[in-house]
Amino acid sequence: MARAAVQRRLTWRLGRVTRRIDETARAKSLVLNVPDWPGHRAGQHVDVRLTAPDGYQAERSYSIASAPEDGDQVALTVERIEDGEVSPYLDDELAEGDQLELRGPIGGYFVWSTDMGGPLLLVAGGSGICPLMAMLRHRAARQSHVPTRLLYSSRSLDDVIYRKELDSLAGRADGLEVFHTLTRSQPAGWSGYSRRIDRDMLAEVAFAPAQDPLCMVCGPTPLVEAVATTLVELGHAPERVKTERFGPTGG
Amino acid sequence: MDETQLRLDGNAAAGMLREVFVHEMSAARGACASCGAIAQMGSQHLYMYPLSPGAVLRCQYCDNILKVFVHAGEHYRLGLQGLTWLEIRDGAEAGTNV
Repeated sequence: MARAAVQRRLTWRLGRVTRRIDETARAKSLVLNVPDWPGHRAGQHVDVRLTAPDGYQAERSYSIASAPEDGDQVALTVERIEDGEVSPYLDDELAEGDQLELRGPIGGYFVWSTDMGGPLLLVAGGSGICPLMAMLRHRAARQSHVPTRLLYSSRSLDDVIYRKELDSLAGRADGLEVFHTLTRSQPAGWSGYSRRIDRDMLAEVAFAPAQDPLCMVCGPTPLVEAVATTLVELGHAPERVKTERFGPTGG
Repeated sequence: MDETQLRLDGNAAAGMLREVFVHEMSAARGACASCGAIAQMGSQHLYMYPLSPGAVLRCQYCDNILKVFVHAGEHYRLGLQGLTWLEIRDGAEAGTNV
């Protein structure tokens, strides 16, 4: 039977950590093998559940960073929040070979696939890059040439998650352009932006409203609200601006 | 704290809603009973505090409460007081790679 015809309850399942990747000093990717993973769309998330020996449970949502084309391999990128309940465990304790309880994929709103076309404007703040990375990886896996621009705000160059891969993707000359802005410190000779995302920056980087780009914005709530509001002020249709706010996740 | 700092997107409640609904609910469209605006649930404003038993979904245009979802004890309670209608796409399964 075709998968699409089957309606299922969302159930908790176990994934096994096959690889840990240090992305930055504060962000790690966990690559999980999830048997019978039903497949996902770029932009979807999973809920992760930790259970303490006394039965106490904590749940957090993490965006899937890997492409749907990666099969049963599901990558999550976890940014460490020092006083958090979940992220320090995922960061320090969870080793290769360990199991992790998760459910998903979840969400049908903040998603993009190549058949949705473009132009595509992606705007990320910090670890808000994760679901957008799934879209870029999906785009590359499908050898799509949909005109795409990524505007990515980080504190410093060392805080840029997936930096080398983004450089490599932008070097394919397949219609993807990557713009970085570094808000706190910049290396000598830095030629990118050096301030918070603002109206002038969006006017330069975003496609013209007449091109009707699909805009996907992900990051901390204040950044997402400022960017979404400004895009609409610049003339982009509100229904073409999709947002994913991180909010106070509790880490 | 300014309450807007706590704001999320309806998308963040998609997992919670899938505990009750078989269909993917963040892509479902609904009409606000107060201002009439029609939008996908994932685009509406969500207030869901860490470790809280529920969530409140408000209209992104007029702030009207659309939906209240609580899971406490053995029961789920869903208040749909602010929606005139809710349209769910048949076959919209979250896990389907389309």
